Amino acid sequence: MNKPKTIIEVSGLKKDFHVGEITVHALKGINLEIKQGEFVAIMGTSGSGKSTMLNILGCLDKPTAGQYVLDGVSMGELGKNQLAGLRNNKLGFVFQSYNLLPRTTALENVELPLFYNSKVKAKERKERAIAALEAVGLSDRMYHMPNQLSGGQQQRVAIARSLVNDPVVILADEATGNLDTRTSYEIMSLLQRLNEDGKTIVFVTHEPDIARFTTRNVVFRDGHIIREEMVKDRLNAAEMLKNLPVEED
Amino acid sequence: MNALRRNKFRAFLTMLGIIIGVASVIAMLAIGQGSKKSIQDQMADMGTNLIFAMPGSEQRGGVQMGNSDAQTIKLSDVEAVERECTAISAVSPQVSSRGQVVYGNKNWPSTVYGVNEKYLDIRKYTLAAGRIFSEAEVRSYAKVCIVGQTVVDNLFGTDIDPIGKSVRFNNIPFKIIGVLAEKGENGMGQDQDDLMLSPYTTVQKRILSITHIQGIFASAVSEDMNDVAIEQLTQTLRKAHKIKENDTDDFRVMSQSELVSTFTSISDVLTALLGAIAGISLLVGGIGIMNIMYVSVTERTKEIGLRLSVGGRGVDIMMQFLVEAILLSVSGGVVGIMLGILATWAVSSVMNWPVVIMSSAVFFSFLVCSAIGIFFGWYPARKAAALNPIDALRYE
Ligand SMILES: Nc1ncnc2c1ncn2[C@@H]1O[C@H](COP(=O)(O)OP(=O)(O)OP(=O)(O)O)[C@@H](O)[C@H]1O
Ligand SMILES: [Mg+2]
Repeated sequence: MNKPKTIIEVSGLKKDFHVGEITVHALKGINLEIKQGEFVAIMGTSGSGKSTMLNILGCLDKPTAGQYVLDGVSMGELGKNQLAGLRNNKLGFVFQSYNLLPRTTALENVELPLFYNSKVKAKERKERAIAALEAVGLSDRMYHMPNQLSGGQQQRVAIARSLVNDPVVILADEATGNLDTRTSYEIMSLLQRLNEDGKTIVFVTHEPDIARFTTRNVVFRDGHIIREEMVKDRLNAAEMLKNLPVEED
Repeated sequence: MNALRRNKFRAFLTMLGIIIGVASVIAMLAIGQGSKKSIQDQMADMGTNLIFAMPGSEQRGGVQMGNSDAQTIKLSDVEAVERECTAISAVSPQVSSRGQVVYGNKNWPSTVYGVNEKYLDIRKYTLAAGRIFSEAEVRSYAKVCIVGQTVVDNLFGTDIDPIGKSVRFNNIPFKIIGVLAEKGENGMGQDQDDLMLSPYTTVQKRILSITHIQGIFASAVSEDMNDVAIEQLTQTLRKAHKIKENDTDDFRVMSQSELVSTFTSISDVLTALLGAIAGISLLVGGIGIMNIMYVSVTERTKEIGLRLSVGGRGVDIMMQFLVEAILLSVSGGVVGIMLGILATWAVSSVMNWPVVIMSSAVFFSFLVCSAIGIFFGWYPARKAAALNPIDALRYE
């Protein structure tokens, strides 16, 4: 077995927030390495810095100090537009609050990242968006508006959007936070399937049982990583779904 | 642009602000400018080098008399003007009387003006048919007259040729020798065709039994010579009336161009007023645009945050919002122009008001509204696009 490639490499990462006179040290020197094909859960108590970490990994925010190398590219040297290009080509981000464009069909929402990729023409854009929606099991909801979709369906649209540009890593911030158990399992089984197909996934959650679907857990507390462990008895979300008691129709 | 499609109502409201602003400015100024132009036209039609003298207050033994029945202007004054005023090309006395014109069993209340043969040129009347009275007819108090179109319409209709017919004015028979070409209403809405012209001698002697005259009408040699002509006329009359250095005139001299400028300045005020109203609606429209654009900033900032986070570059997003704002503003402006012209046209055809569409109003209102629309569409987008994606997403 040849050694998998390193996708994310972070060292000495710090992030401070200044609120008035107070400085919040949200991240206090993080070192983390994520290899291709991993499914990493970032865990920890509320306020421990999980989202801050993920936003920096997603190039949505800039670290105060430290190194971040994504797929061989060092972030520190890049300008705004280059970062945008990176988000467009290499990253897929799933927000806890879905962040779909209102009054816009599921299909157009999924097309959005490709819209900013000049290499992808209109026809290909649509084909890829349709394929991504099929992958998340929403081929029958393509022309629905977000407000015509359930929370789980909206989250699946958001996942389809993060997939459509074929990123090297998908970053999901509490993607199951707003969903009930069944829907959470559906999302997790979707992510597990994507992971089995080779996608690297970083997944923020504070639910330990959700974290058991992943391959590795990284636990944050107060801006530090306090524990890292491989998941030993990994659960299969698809099987769990089958075993859930059937709700009455 | 799918963003426009998505926010149809917002787009519509924004456009409405622009449409109303542009349309009202165009329509209001068109009405104001139209009334000004029509007054100017009609005044000019009456002759811009027209000068006239009317009796003013008369002093008898230090007692001011009213000017309504003042008899200060005499025929000899006309002769003196003819002789001495080099800046005046034609001069006519005027006396007038209201009365009933009768033909057969029809009658019509009108006014007879007693004038000389130069009066037509001075007042810019032309003959549609017949001839003007001769000097001989003036000298012999001939009972001849020229009638205006309104009088013809009311007494003869369209079938009978009035030339050669005899009408009675205050029971005195007059033979019609000419018909005036139609002139329409003047700037003050008076019918300029409701009149009869006769030799002044006839009116003086046979109708009014007076020897003085009621006014002098004259033409300056050219419009630029108006002031000179007024001065010469004033001095000539002062001399003829033997008015001493420090005494006030017993007559008043006015010129058509003075009247024109008086009426023009009145309608200037009107235009300014309408312009102010239009300006207010422009302002209200503009504030409306700002409001709608501003209220949607939160939603737009979130949208921009999302677009940034999926890899849109700041410039791409700014361009997109700019294009959207331009599209919205320009199409709103164009619709506004069309609506403004339509409204102007409706006013002019339904209310029969004169209108002049000012290209500067079209241009200016379009510019202002578009600028507001474009600026307030683009500026929040520019600000949002400069943020970190995460900050734009978190914006509330
Ligand atoms: N934009 C910001 N401005 C100021 N402080 C911030 C900002 N974002 C995060 N913080 C602070 O940074 C710390 C870490 O926040 P973060 O959102 O990363 O926590 P989290 O682990 O995701 O928590 P949760 O599980 O509740 O989502 C918190 O103390 C928070 O108050
Ligand atoms: Mg969080």
